[in-house]
Parts: sequence; structure tokens; C-alpha cells
Amino acid sequence: MRVLPGFGISLGITLLWLGLLVILPLAALAAKAAGMGWHDLWQVWSEPRVIAALELSFFTAAIAAVANLFLGLLIAWVLVRYRFPGRKLADALVDLPFALPTAVAGIALTTLYAPTGWIGEPLSHLGIKVAFAPLGIVVALVFVTLPFVVRTVQPVLEAVPHEVEEASASLGASRLQTFRRVILPELIPALATGFALAFARGLGEYGSVVFISGNLPMKTEILPLVIIGKLDQYAVPAATAIAVLMLILSFIMLLAINLLQRWAQRRAVA
Amino acid sequence: MLRTIVILALAAAASAVELLNVSYDVAREVYKDVNPAFAASPAGAGVTVKQSHDGSAKQARAVIDGLPADVVTMNSAADIDAIAKAGLIPADWQGLLPSRSAPSYSTHLILVRAGNPKGIKDWGDLAKPGVEIVQVNPKTGANGKYSYLAALAWAKRQPGATDDSAKAFLKSFFANVIALEKGGRAATTTFAQRGLGDVLVTFESEVFRIEQEFAGKVARVVPSVSVRADNPVAVVARNAEKKGSAVAAKAYLEFLYTTPAQEIFAKNFLRPVDAAVLAKHAGTFATLDLVTVEDAFGGWAAAQKTHFDDGGWFDQLYQPK
Amino acid sequence: MSRITTTEPTWVKWTLIGTALGAMALVLIVPLVAVFWEGLAAGWNVYWAAVVDADARHALWLTLAAAGISLVVNGVAGIAAAWAIARFRFPGRSLLITAIELPFSVSPVVVGLLFVLLFGAHGWFGPMLAAHDVKILFAMPGIVLATLFITFPFVVRELLPVMEAVGSEEEEAARVLGARGWHILWRVTLPNVKWGLIYGLILCSARAIGEFGAVSVVSGHIRGETNTMPLHVEILYNDYQYNAAFACASVLCLTALVTLALKAVVEWRAERALKQGGKTP
Repeated sequence: MRVLPGFGISLGITLLWLGLLVILPLAALAAKAAGMGWHDLWQVWSEPRVIAALELSFFTAAIAAVANLFLGLLIAWVLVRYRFPGRKLADALVDLPFALPTAVAGIALTTLYAPTGWIGEPLSHLGIKVAFAPLGIVVALVFVTLPFVVRTVQPVLEAVPHEVEEASASLGASRLQTFRRVILPELIPALATGFALAFARGLGEYGSVVFISGNLPMKTEILPLVIIGKLDQYAVPAATAIAVLMLILSFIMLLAINLLQRWAQRRAVA
Repeated sequence: MLRTIVILALAAAASAVELLNVSYDVAREVYKDVNPAFAASPAGAGVTVKQSHDGSAKQARAVIDGLPADVVTMNSAADIDAIAKAGLIPADWQGLLPSRSAPSYSTHLILVRAGNPKGIKDWGDLAKPGVEIVQVNPKTGANGKYSYLAALAWAKRQPGATDDSAKAFLKSFFANVIALEKGGRAATTTFAQRGLGDVLVTFESEVFRIEQEFAGKVARVVPSVSVRADNPVAVVARNAEKKGSAVAAKAYLEFLYTTPAQEIFAKNFLRPVDAAVLAKHAGTFATLDLVTVEDAFGGWAAAQKTHFDDGGWFDQLYQPK
Repeated sequence: MSRITTTEPTWVKWTLIGTALGAMALVLIVPLVAVFWEGLAAGWNVYWAAVVDADARHALWLTLAAAGISLVVNGVAGIAAAWAIARFRFPGRSLLITAIELPFSVSPVVVGLLFVLLFGAHGWFGPMLAAHDVKILFAMPGIVLATLFITFPFVVRELLPVMEAVGSEEEEAARVLGARGWHILWRVTLPNVKWGLIYGLILCSARAIGEFGAVSVVSGHIRGETNTMPLHVEILYNDYQYNAAFACASVLCLTALVTLALKAVVEWRAERALKQGGKTP
């Protein structure tokens, strides 16, 4: 089988790169946390402030990911299925949040959604508070995670065979029925993967959120901010404990994403 | 003759030295003025000073983690104590320079919207329902600690005050806080630029500066009592010795006590410790009762432990019932 | 009549297009416009002065340098990893893929903390580095390392599917004809996967230029020395220099837009290459 050369050197480079850059730092964190012991770790994790921040991060990341599930499906659908002027431009712009520094997104969104901003002012007359409220965090996360669902759904949608839809239609299904019963099931693995990616990114997001959230303990303080807060109190062990918690969550998300992707591949093959 | 040689040698040693001044968030403008003045003075010939500003605790932590600061210019002794505890600064640093190593000080005032629509007169009014407060996070910035301590000092002065009544007051005070920013300037931006909240609690120097920048939109309220906020400075001895910048670093801090530097502090609304300069600018500053952290709260170490450490009063205020 | 039922009625189609574009305008375009608007609000002179300011130029240089190093390191290592993973089966292969993707879901703040724990004065290597007077944290190496970590998976993630799709027949043929390893890589593999590679590099540079959270923890915020452009924007924003902050932010927006344009071009070229390519003799 090994006709091709370079296995040793390429794997060597890979492991060196991975080891130095990723494994070593993570090992330092793990060692630091292991030195604390379960009891101390648990004590930090069960602090009301940490739990509240965890809940907030989960809650806002989930809402933003759900919002992007619909928004992402809509945008992907329109970009794949319709031809209209400006389509290429719209397609390119989908990746803007990815390329735009999160800090820039943060100050731009805060400027827009503060009570003095273009969008915040009309909303404040309606009694809706966005900036410096959990809703502001959701707005920031919707922006940051917008590309994920679009980019996972797009290729799958392009690959749905036209014949299936024709068959469904010729059997008397309405367009909406065809979408719900035929097209949507095809998209579900991709939607789930996109959701998980957006959720994972949203959980850890920092730059865009700090400017707009207000950072109130128990109310608008996200988990990464608690880490910074602990560091600023010279509580490195506590910061480490929360970082480990976030890493465990990252692992779980990553595992979920991998399983979802495998599921999607199996579906595609079947 | 020998003296001249020593001075020349010192000057030569000082030339082409680069100092890093690690400082707190709202000191940006002050040191932007101080540094050129120092460079123009005989002691500062050939010395360039670089600046780094952020929330004070964050800055102190960076120095502990290895940020190569030659001098730190902070807004509370607590942050320099933390660096001293890590062994970078001698423990007796407060005795190394005049006025307990603090060449300037400030205090905390209240800033409200123009016309004072909520009728704020003193700290007590901030705890009333419907008042929205913006300030710095006491856990992570000295600016926020002073806000907390100033309000607490007021509560303790009320007739029949007990620890419980003070806690109850602080609880309703912090229930009104809508944003706890990570640094003083972020709090200013939120209040003044983004238009959030009815009240900003911050340093007198910052209050006056905002009044200038946003003239006609905001107004100061001078409370009956507040906390004296010393701005202490120290040479980060271990870094400076290693870099060979100790002489220049010491000269830089000593320069802060000279009349030109004291004048710069006053112009930037920081109260100078030089009695003559302070007298000259007396009209600039608010008149109110000032308590010190040492007298009213038993010093920074005790205040930190009782109020701001994990599980302290501040955390208790934010416990869910 | 069956043709009609596989497309939506015109009004549905245009409602969907309208809603999608409206939402995109609200979520994406309005913030972008706001950045330029606020940047230019005080006039061209203020804008220009902010952009050519010495600290701003240094910050931009540092940002681009960190991005450049990330491109080279993650590019070379990414090619190696994709080669090992796509062309060989070995125990632990899927674990390796998972490990490579890990940095994607690690919070930037945690990344910053990792390097503090390693290189901080009280970290694993802190005392050793101090003894030899090597600066990593609060200096350029720390910023580069944080950026490398954040942008770690991008090249591999884009390269891997392309390499698997292309298959190894051509490479094996070249091998049988006696080509050496480097030769195969240069003349066969890279030309076949070049669009995937370029795409990965573009994503890598976009993310590198924009990184804020991790760099903020390891930078030390020394003006004109360890501030990257996103940090410089934050500093100006906190300096009452709102217009200057947004001016510098708009420079970052421009680099983002250029990146997107490059990406669109690459996708278009890749598509065309795929259409014509397939059957080159």
C-alpha cells in the first residue's frame, strides 16, 4: 500500500507542530489543574458566579445558533436556488464576520445598538434594550457565527438531486410539502453540524461580546470574562479551573461535531 | 568636581535608556504630558518612556507575569502590594519616596446627566429604585474598589449604621448598577458616549475631564464624603536592575514630585501633593470630606480581604437569594 | 406543468430573496457602514492622521507580521499533515484529525491563558526564560504563538477534503515512473490541490489579522511595541479618540474585504479549473 514516500517526515512534522503548539500548552493547563485536585476544581465550578456565567454563555450561544439555523438556511437557500443581481456579492459577504476582527465587530455593534445608536435608539423607544443586556450578547454572537450554518448547508443543498423533487411533485406534493418531507430531511445533518459549529464558537467568543455586554456578574458576564476576572484578581488556579471547564466543553462540542459530520457523510453515501 | 563627574556619569548612564511605565487606565493623558516634560528636564536627558495602560489589576498581573515594567504608576497601593508580594518590588516600597510614594491623589465623585434629572445629591440617592449606575468592576479595577468604598464610607456615617445596614445599602446600590466595566475608560465610554445609565461613579480627575469633553451633557455631583485615592508609584526593582535602568527609573519617579510635574498633575485634575501647587489650584478641586483607606477600612490588605476577595462582601451582594 | 412545482411561485421567491438580503444587510452591512461612517465623521484629515500615525503603522506591521509567520508555519505544517493524513492509514489517525481541529473550539481567552501558564514568570518555562533573558510573553513571540494556535487548523481543514477528493493515482503513477518525493509534491500534488491550499491560507490570514481575545491576554499593551491593530483600535476607542478608533477599524475592515474578494476569486478560479480541468491528458 505504501507506494508513496514521505510518511515519516510528514507525520513527524505534523506531530512536532501539533505537540509544540497545541499539546504542550494544553498539558501545562492540565498539569496545573491536576495539581489542584477534584475538590478545588469542583469548588470553583460550583461558584454561583461561574454557574451563572456558564448558563448565560450556554443560553446566548444556543439562541444565537438557533437564530442562525433559520437565517443560515434562508440565506443558503436563496444563494443556491435563485439567480438574482448581486448574488455573488452576497455570497462573498457571508464570510465577513469570519474575516472581521471580533473587537471591531464589538465596537461597531455597541455603537449601533446603544441607546444613542442608529438601531438602538428606535428600539429604546419601543422599550427594547439590546446593548448592555443579554440580548446584546445574542446580537454579537449572531453576527460572529452567521457563516457557519450557511457554509455547511450550501454544498448539501447544491447536491440535492433535482429528480427527487420532481418525483415528489409528480406524486402530488405541494412545494411546501416537498420542502418539508424531501429536502429538509436531506439537510438536517448539515444543519446540525452548522448549529454545533456556531454554538461551539459562541460559547468561547470574547472580543465582540465584552464591548456590548455590560459585564454584570450573575447577569451579563460570560464565561471567558470570568476567566479574565479571576486572572485580574491574581487567582490563577481559579482561572485555570474555569479554563479546564471550557476545554472540556470544547472537547464535547468537537466530539459532537465529528459524530454529526460522520452521520452526514453516511447519509450522503446511503 | 567629583560631584560633577558623578552627575555626568549618571547622565551618561541615563542616556539612551528606555523606560516602560505600566500604568492604570485613565492615566493615559497625564503621562502623555509628563513624559515629554521629563525628557526635557536635565534628569531625563536621553531617556524615552513607553506607556502601557489598562485596568490597574490587569496591569499589575501582567507585571507579575513578566511584563518588563521599569516603573509602575498605579491608582491604589493594593496593586503595587501585589507586585511586591511576587518579589519584584521591595516590600517597604511605600517608604522609598515622599508622601507614601504617592505624588498625586484623587477621589471619587458622581457624574450625572445634565440637569440632574434623577435628583442625585449624595451616595444615598444612588441606591433609590430606578437609578442606573455605571462603574468599574471592583473585583478587577481599583477605580471600582474606590466607588464601592466611597459608597460604603457614606453608609457607615449614617446615624445608627451597622455592618448589616451598610450591606443592605450596598446591595440596593449594586442592584442599580447596569454595567461593571473592566477599566475606567470603558465605563466613561459607556456612560458618556453610549448614553447608558443615569450615573457614572469614577475619579474626580475623570469626572472633570468628561465635563470638558462632553460639555453641557453631563454635570458633576459632589457627595458629602468620599475616599482619598492615592496614586502610588514604584520602581520595579528587579526588572530595572536587570535592565540597568534603575537610575533613570528612580529619576523619573523623583521628577513626578518636582513643581513642573506637579503642575501637570493639577492641569490633568489630579490633586498634587506639593502644598504650594495644590494651594494654587485649590479652586479647581471639589471640597468634600475625604476618608483614607487606612483609617476607614484598615488598609488595603484588610479591605481587599473583607470586601473584594472571593466570598467577601462584594460577592455576597451578588449572591442569588 | 410539473416544471412549475419544482420552483416556488415568483412572489415566494422574491419574498425569500428580500428577507435574506434584508437580514444580511442588517446583520452584516450596517455594522460595516457604521465603522466607515464613524471613522470619517470627523473628516478625512482626522481619518488619515489616525491611519498614518506611528503607533498605528507599527500595530499594522505587527499584525501583518504575525499573520505572515502564521501563514508560513501553518501552511508548511498543514501540507505535511494533510499529506500524512490523506495519503496514509495509521493507528491514531482519526485522533490526530480531532486533535488538529481542537484549537477551533478553544476560547481565545483560554488560548491566552495557556501561554501565560507556559511562559509567564511563574509558568513552566518562565524562570528558565528569565535566566537566559528570552522574552516570549508580552513580546512578539507570544503574540505570534497565540496567533499560530488560533489559526492552527485552517489550512489542514481545507486541504484534507481536496486531497482526498483528488485521490492519489497521479502521485502513485509519478512514483512508479521514478519521481522523487519532493518532485511529486511540487509537480503533482500541490498543483492539484492549489486552490484548496490558497483557500485555507486566506482563511488563516483572515483569522490571524482579526484575532483579539488571545492576543489581548499575551500582549502587554505597550504602545508602539506590542499592540496589534485590533488592540490599537481598542486603545484609541478608550482614549476618547472614537473617530481615530473607527478609522483604524476601517483599515481592518478593508483588509477583511480584500480577503473576501481574494476568496471569491479563488473559488471562481477553482470552479473553472474543476470544469475544464477534469480531463487534462
